[in-house]
Amino acid sequence: MFQLPSGAEIESIIATLKSSVGFFVPEIWLSVLFMLLIVVDLAVKGRKNNLLASVAALGLAATFFFIYPQHSLATGEIFFGMYVLDEFALFFKYFFVISGILAVLVSVADEQLNRDVQSIGEYYALIIAMVLGMIMMASSTDLLMMFLSMELVGLTAYVLTGYLKKDARSSEAALKYLVYGSVSSGLMLYGFSLIYGMTAETNIMKISAELALHGYDPLLMMLASLLILAGFGYKIGAVPFHFWSPDVYEGAPTPITAYLSVGSKAAGFAILMRFFFVAIPHGGEPFQDIAGLDWLMLLIVIAVISMVYGNVVALWQKNVKRLLAYSSIAHAGYVLLGIIAMDELGTQATLFYLLGYLLMNIGAFYVVILIANRTGSENLDDYRGLGRKMPLAGAALTVFLISLVGLPPTIGFIGKLMIFSALLAKGSVYIWLALIGVLTSVIALYYYMLIPLNMYLRDSKQPDEDRDRTPIVHQVALAVLMILTIYFGLFFAPLTDFAKASSAMFGLSIY
Amino acid sequence: MEILTNIGLNHYLTISALLFGFGLFAVMTRKNAIVILMGVELILNAANINFLAFSKFNGGMEGVMFSLFIIVLAAAEAAIALAIVINIFKLFKSVDVSAIDTMKE
Repeated sequence: MFQLPSGAEIESIIATLKSSVGFFVPEIWLSVLFMLLIVVDLAVKGRKNNLLASVAALGLAATFFFIYPQHSLATGEIFFGMYVLDEFALFFKYFFVISGILAVLVSVADEQLNRDVQSIGEYYALIIAMVLGMIMMASSTDLLMMFLSMELVGLTAYVLTGYLKKDARSSEAALKYLVYGSVSSGLMLYGFSLIYGMTAETNIMKISAELALHGYDPLLMMLASLLILAGFGYKIGAVPFHFWSPDVYEGAPTPITAYLSVGSKAAGFAILMRFFFVAIPHGGEPFQDIAGLDWLMLLIVIAVISMVYGNVVALWQKNVKRLLAYSSIAHAGYVLLGIIAMDELGTQATLFYLLGYLLMNIGAFYVVILIANRTGSENLDDYRGLGRKMPLAGAALTVFLISLVGLPPTIGFIGKLMIFSALLAKGSVYIWLALIGVLTSVIALYYYMLIPLNMYLRDSKQPDEDRDRTPIVHQVALAVLMILTIYFGLFFAPLTDFAKASSAMFGLSIY
Repeated sequence: MEILTNIGLNHYLTISALLFGFGLFAVMTRKNAIVILMGVELILNAANINFLAFSKFNGGMEGVMFSLFIIVLAAAEAAIALAIVINIFKLFKSVDVSAIDTMKE
């Protein structure tokens, strides 16, 4: 049935591989860094938490040096259409490397992690592996590569979630994450197999062409979209697929919670946008074309329930990590609004919002870590009176929470403004969606502001008059994050321009 | 008797849909973490059968490659899953997922 390739064919395959490697340098560097960290861990004896962290952070920073020259390379497919290099992928390469550096930074700050874990050897290596996997998620254009990169992110995330082996909550979180994750990736694979059955292709550009050429059964397409959405929706933590997120966010080591809530969520959005924008046919304007309606309707339903559910359930939370978990479900809904707009403006708004979310959410978890170092707890009641004892952390947390609500003058405000204006620019069809977004943001105001209320206006029960012992490095880093959150809320033009330039996706025809 | 003697695409798809259903049923109703993971394997193998059947009847190699990768990743996932379940058993003395529920709102 299948012929062995001839000598000339093998020659041409090798030539393609050789030419593609030049477009793959940042990923190769990250793989080298991954192995380097394991070797350093083996070679150096004694306590080496800070050494490993600095190797990881410096190595990640060096990745910029490999990513930046890629702007001058030609946009296009490499490795036989498995992988693509375009401005959209480059944006996420920067994004994930920055989130990796911040994850290393907050891991160094977490005393519980550095105290309770006997060997931190693989921890930073796994963070690098996750950065690599997320970068590949944002760049894959083949169903096989999408599956492989999602599993790379998933498997490393399960291990990192359960990294506090002696802590029951951490292990429980890892089990729940694993069960939901493997089920949803199984569902996604079944959806992929249906798509493959309909088109006999695995490359998303070819799938799109094939579906447009020969048509398809709408019911089967709906089923396949739904199954695939289970896989992507699990990564972004949107509502019908959100069951894992509160428990995992509460149980996982806090730096990993921060990292998952930003990195893995953004990777889910990247792959969702690339798959649905490129692979599934659409007729330009939504609602004019039945084929486009299928998955767009699904996304609208998911976005609305996510915003309402996440914001309403967060009202009753007593644990700050859990509260931020529900808020991150709501934020998944807001980001989906930008995707629903399905035009250049919407993509720009989505990318900008993700950048803002990176700053404010990692910042908020950073403060949660610093406070947990002092009080050993993440309960809302234990935050009482901390605003005066830890002035910088209190002020920073207030700024991050204002930004998460979406009030000026912060980056969160500009992000929400851009998303809602992208929706309104589509005309009257989406006014109600934007309205739901604004109303649920008002609900969010209440539960976010409970935290500063406890920090500033209520006195703590136990007398605790220690001065602030946060190391100076973390004070500076926190202040920088806080200033950036406000700075980009006032002078947002560079970031919006960057997001606009990055909305160019290879093989895209909707705008 | 045509349906029994001539094995076509639909036979494969029916088997895989049944496997998928059983897998999903096991995941949703079982309480034992190991049995849930077995249900996941059934779902993955249902997808495998689909890929192989489509590959046979569409005449491409992609499906075969895909299922090879799925088999390898299922093994990797099982290794990590069992490590986590063993750790859970050490801490909770049980692998019953309804007992492992210490975090509540």
